[in-house]
Amino acid sequence: MDVGLIAQFAMNGLMLGMMYALVAVGFTLFFGVLDVIKFSHGDVLTVGAFAALASFIGLEALGVHSAALQLLTMVAVSVGAMAALGAVVARAFVLPLRSAPALNTLLITLMLGTVLRESVRLFYPDGANPKPFPRLLPASSLGIGNFNLRLDNMILLVAGILVIVGVQFLLNRTRLGLAIRAVAQDEETARTMGVNFNAIVLVTFALGSALAAFAGVMNGLYYNEINFGIGLYLGVVGFSAAIIGGLGSIYGAILGGFLFAAAQTIGAVALPFASAYKDVFAFAVVIALMAWRPTGLIPEKLSERV
Amino acid sequence: MTGRRRLALAILSAGLIGFGAIGFDATGQAVAKDKVKVGFIGPLTGGTSANGLGGRNSADLAVRLRNADPKAKYSYEMIGLDDECKPNVGVQQATKLAADKDVIAAATHYCSAVAIATVDVYHKFGLPVIVWGAVLPDITYRNKYPEVHRVNGTMINQNQHNAELVSKLGYKTFAVIHDTTDYGKGHNKYFSEALAKLGGKILGTFGVTSDQQDFNAELTQIKALNPQAIYFGGLTPIGVRVRAQMDKLGLNNILFDATSGIKSDAYIEGLGKLAEGTLSYIEGAPTERLPGGKFFMEKYAAQNYPNPPEAYGAFAFAAMTLILDAVEQAGPDRKKVMAILNNVKDRDSIVGKVSFDDHGQNTVAAITAFVAQDGKWVVWEDSEYAAGKRKLPGQK
Repeated sequence: MDVGLIAQFAMNGLMLGMMYALVAVGFTLFFGVLDVIKFSHGDVLTVGAFAALASFIGLEALGVHSAALQLLTMVAVSVGAMAALGAVVARAFVLPLRSAPALNTLLITLMLGTVLRESVRLFYPDGANPKPFPRLLPASSLGIGNFNLRLDNMILLVAGILVIVGVQFLLNRTRLGLAIRAVAQDEETARTMGVNFNAIVLVTFALGSALAAFAGVMNGLYYNEINFGIGLYLGVVGFSAAIIGGLGSIYGAILGGFLFAAAQTIGAVALPFASAYKDVFAFAVVIALMAWRPTGLIPEKLSERV
Repeated sequence: MTGRRRLALAILSAGLIGFGAIGFDATGQAVAKDKVKVGFIGPLTGGTSANGLGGRNSADLAVRLRNADPKAKYSYEMIGLDDECKPNVGVQQATKLAADKDVIAAATHYCSAVAIATVDVYHKFGLPVIVWGAVLPDITYRNKYPEVHRVNGTMINQNQHNAELVSKLGYKTFAVIHDTTDYGKGHNKYFSEALAKLGGKILGTFGVTSDQQDFNAELTQIKALNPQAIYFGGLTPIGVRVRAQMDKLGLNNILFDATSGIKSDAYIEGLGKLAEGTLSYIEGAPTERLPGGKFFMEKYAAQNYPNPPEAYGAFAFAAMTLILDAVEQAGPDRKKVMAILNNVKDRDSIVGKVSFDDHGQNTVAAITAFVAQDGKWVVWEDSEYAAGKRKLPGQK
């Protein structure tokens, strides 16, 4: 196969992997601090993307046409609103179920996800139709043989890397990160050491949801189209990626995201029976990896479940 | 004398009675013809009721025009039933209609799911029907029921028309993306068959799920195949994504040749300028473009129906007219009417020629091609592309 094509496939895979990784990091954060699965995560991404689109339309109506300003506002509104939504979800639905079986949290957030998704469909004007997402990044591209290197894709990729590095820095180098890690490791000890448990949970959910919002905006800018169903699929993929990486481990989630994207791309390109089965192939890889490494590729360092 | 008188009187009265009897017959027939019942079924309530009511009114119009015609042998009464676009309701209504022996024939169904569910009922009861709006090929082609006919085209006709148009425009090499539902698979099958006959080549076929988000892997492979056009068999949501992602990979010099599945305003809204130059098709035609469209619209307007005829009204009118013609010719007898309908060849109607093949399918049904031009779907023949003022992507 032509080198340009391989480069193109690799680029496509990297973009997908970045989005999957951002979603997976959210799942892994929530599981880390509270040992819960928050299934509305994907739909928070959808709402984030639509919030960005709505703020774009608002800015256009206000007469603000500078792409940079629009982009900054969209990211700020979307990330801010979803962080708030994430904290509200944690406060209203997750913390009250703290003493209930973990399955209840999973179910309540699954239902909440449906509510969010259907709300976008029903209440966003013409929400059932696919919506065009503005092209705000420079669209210049460099054609090298069969490889079309686009500047906007490079920007998205770099932005994604910066966000992930930022999250790493936050978790490993700040007092807040220390508190989050302390809660993740041992809730009771953290409490006795003076960590405000509830506040840390809310902050973690806000952080995870903000990442989802960022992934939503990235998704919109990458595909220039969003619809009410994007989060459902990304949620399932992100969850799978977090699981194969090792739920609770940030590096694992990132690795899982890129692995899943690689499996999908290989499934679409290399298999003789073509692309109809690429998801079948990718999820089969997930199943195989889970059978091989039940706790994930990079398991949570300290497992203190007794 | 008395004997002669009596005889004369007898002859006279016999003559009078005889004459009177003939006169009574002649006038009686002119005033009150035999009544014949015909049926109509369509979705009169629910989401697709606009089409159903338009079809009902149009079929009713055919009956009214015939009843107003002094040369008609019978007086017709139409029984209109509501299938709600639901297969279970449709089967009930079809059974009700077919079980009524006074009903000679019927124009039936707009929704494919209902039409395919009811064909067995019509076959069992021997009621000849003409489908006036449903497009699924299986309605006529799954079985070979002599009772079932259809005036409008199917995705088979649509894809023949499609293949002919793009071949004529000089497109020879294609890549196919289709969703893996029956809808997408059907489109792929019929387009590939039609294109093969015209000498076009399909370089690669990609089945995708109907809610897939990312098509970069497929499109990158297509890029390597370097076709002149991408044929897309699927619905609007993924159609929008495929077209948008073609742009991202720099595939803008390739024609996006799609189907009825994306002939919606949502497609153009979802893509904005990128929609320009996309082709789509519908089974049928805008009423004003049909051969008898003007006549039909005038007559329809004169009746002051509360709803417009909608896209398939003219087809319901044509179906009912075929039924009435057959009854006029053969009398109110289901078997004879069916035999006549099975032999309809090259018959003029307001939707153009009608020829039923051995499955009762109209083989020369009207198909209309559209091209997205300046944010609107424009009938191909009226577009600047057909006029040569603009060129489609990749057109030589």
